[in-house]
Amino acid sequence: MATPRSAYVLQKVCTWPYCNAMTVRSENKITINFINRDGEKLTVKGSPGDSLLDVVIDQNLDIDGFGACEGTLACSTCHLIFDEDVYKQLGPVTDEEMDMLDLAYGLSDTSRLGCQICLTKSLEGMTARVPEGVSDMRQSDLGTTSSSS
Amino acid sequence: MNTSRVFAFKPMKSLLTTKCSRAAITSGLRRLACTPSSCPRVCIVGGGPAGFYTAQHILKAHPAIQVDIYERLPIPYGLVRFGVAPDHPEVKNVINTFTQTAQHERCSYHGNVSVGKDVSVEELRQAYHAVVLSYGAEVNRTLGVPGENLAGVYSAKDFVGWYNGVPCNKDLKPDLSGETAVILGQGNVALDVARILLSPHDILTNTDITQPSLEALANSRVRRVLIVGRRGPLQVACTIKEIREMVNLTGTRPDMLSADFKGIAEVLKDLPRPRKRLTELMMKAVQATPAGDGLTSRQWGFRFLRSPVEVLPSPDLTRTAGIRLGVNRLEGSGDGARAVPTGETEDIECEMVISSIGYQSLPIDPAVPFDPRKAIIPNAMGRVLQATGLYCSGWIKRGPTGVIGTTMNDSFDTARALIQDIETGVLDISTVKPGSQTVTPLLQKRGVNPVSFSDWEKIDVEEMKRGTVVGKPREKLLDVTEMLKTAHS
Ligand SMILES: Cc1cc2nc3c(=O)[nH]c(=O)nc-3n(C[C@H](O)[C@H](O)[C@H](O)COP(=O)(O)OP(=O)(O)OC[C@H]3O[C@@H](n4cnc5c(N)ncnc54)[C@H](O)[C@@H]3O)c2cc1C
Ligand SMILES: NC(=O)c1ccc[n+]([C@@H]2O[C@H](COP(=O)([O-])OP(=O)(O)OC[C@H]3O[C@@H](n4cnc5c(N)ncnc54)[C@H](OP(=O)(O)O)[C@@H]3O)[C@@H](O)[C@H]2O)c1
Ligand code: FES
Repeated sequence: MATPRSAYVLQKVCTWPYCNAMTVRSENKITINFINRDGEKLTVKGSPGDSLLDVVIDQNLDIDGFGACEGTLACSTCHLIFDEDVYKQLGPVTDEEMDMLDLAYGLSDTSRLGCQICLTKSLEGMTARVPEGVSDMRQSDLGTTSSSS
Repeated sequence: MNTSRVFAFKPMKSLLTTKCSRAAITSGLRRLACTPSSCPRVCIVGGGPAGFYTAQHILKAHPAIQVDIYERLPIPYGLVRFGVAPDHPEVKNVINTFTQTAQHERCSYHGNVSVGKDVSVEELRQAYHAVVLSYGAEVNRTLGVPGENLAGVYSAKDFVGWYNGVPCNKDLKPDLSGETAVILGQGNVALDVARILLSPHDILTNTDITQPSLEALANSRVRRVLIVGRRGPLQVACTIKEIREMVNLTGTRPDMLSADFKGIAEVLKDLPRPRKRLTELMMKAVQATPAGDGLTSRQWGFRFLRSPVEVLPSPDLTRTAGIRLGVNRLEGSGDGARAVPTGETEDIECEMVISSIGYQSLPIDPAVPFDPRKAIIPNAMGRVLQATGLYCSGWIKRGPTGVIGTTMNDSFDTARALIQDIETGVLDISTVKPGSQTVTPLLQKRGVNPVSFSDWEKIDVEEMKRGTVVGKPREKLLDVTEMLKTAHS
């Protein structure tokens, strides 16, 4: 089914400064693994410069509710958790990404928003874990146990 | 966001055509036995995020269920259209997924149908195997203080409805001739209202804000907005993105009181990261507050530990001239701290008071259980208590808090519960239910003319057309009669 489009903003934003240079497509695909909520491992390939959200959409990965705002840094449904060594290679986090990340349930020290991560060769073979129990996010906007939000 | 990069547009693939869950595969036998007339039928009451996300998950997880969405207004999407601020268009991208859901071959949208009035919940239960209530929270909580009904006092819900084109709020015409506005409550709605009040005209001109409110705001004399909370800086309900937008708002400066942050620096290091970063940002705003109280540019600020006691009238008693606030102290700490009145009061001069202390749901039909204290439908994981076949999702299920992502997750939970009930036989789908085949004639007999999704698309096209003329993404129709005329043209 073709995606219907309305007049709403459709632009994706990526706040990683090197990202633009990476949009040049290459034949050198990068293999990445996603661990879904139920523990299932999904191994797919993406092109350098693609964001992890692009990969999820392109490969039609069945991750519930992933990417609700379509990569515009207005949700946090693309929250992913990385291994420490991979996390270090992901590039700097902007304040804007951190702001949305702070609302994600299950926030960890190696959390990032998938729509802000661009694939590079050095990420070959990496693993990204979809946090479990996202439904508990309802407890609070702030990821704490506030009674008011 | 000045660091943002714009990506080449690539259409999102359908989120509904992904592989079926294991549950759906095991029910494949039933699918084979199911002809269109005998398939399981579910209806959803309310076409906001909760309704659409519940429908999305039901359609994905079960290969045969037919879903009908009944929405009171001709127009779908609930608060995504009527709540989300016009300068946050990216949030509205969720509409693309809702549109896919509405256009799914097993989904039908029936706008302009007010459940509880045009058709009862009992009638829907007769016609469907399951009914999901997702009708949101339609009123503002009331302050319950003297002067609340004076001219110049508005509920945030009405004010938001006015700038976002809710038909019943189009004539609000808020008086923006005063210098100071006090907003009660420190949630994200309060910040939306503050930002809209103080935004430079050119930030709003190319949004989908309604033209009458855009013009009224252009002539607004409001220069100072105080956002008042009953608890302290560590308890603010808004989120950091919204505070950052205030801090970065062109042509405005913060107006905070450093005394409010006494002792906060010392506890910062023990706070969880989100609360810590949010508090640090507020402290930055304190530092950016110039000395002296001259009203040079537009300004905004938080005031803490203050509860509304009375809205003070002008000498001729006709309108708002100020607000009396009770001074509180905190009992306990952290998120659970309680505000306790000290007995002291303080008056602030202001010509406008906007009450933003939260929305509230109402009972829809005497046949549906309702918890008057929590103002929600009592439920367990979305199953309405003591009412087999009735479910709920969204704000009516958990109360009027949470962003769209929160609503999405709880709607998926409800959908999972419903599917599970079908699989375990708790929900009996062996009988044939007629669905809209009986509801539509019933509505017609009652003089109700539903709006289909393709009817809504006519409104959509018309609004975008009118928007192009004035350089906006859309110019919303403000009148239900006009919406219906366009829809049925
Ligand atoms: C002012 C405001 C701004 C917000 N901004 C954001 C934001 O920027 N980002 C974000 O993530 N979240 C935002 N939120 C939160 C978000 O809007 C909610 O989480 C979400 O809309 C709740 O979904 P819902 O479907 O339960 O309720 P609603 O969106 O209210 O939908 C309920 C629907 O039911 C319909 N209905 C009501 N009664 C009946 C009836 N009797 N019969 C049939 N239909 C009926 C209503 O017309 C409505 O369409 C905002 C909320 C508000 C109030
Ligand atoms: N941009 C966005 O993402 C966005 C925009 C708008 C709304 N939303 C979401 O929509 C939800 C609703 O927002 P909201 O602002 O209406 O609600 P909210 O976040 O629950 O905030 C309500 C505010 O009102 C105060 N309050 C409640 N009762 C009061 C009383 N009797 N007297 C004085 N103050 C009182 C609360 O203080 P206490 O903390 O002391 O109770 C709190 O500051 C929130 O989850 C919000 O995040 C999101
Ligand atoms: S998709 Fe919304 S923030 Fe990444």
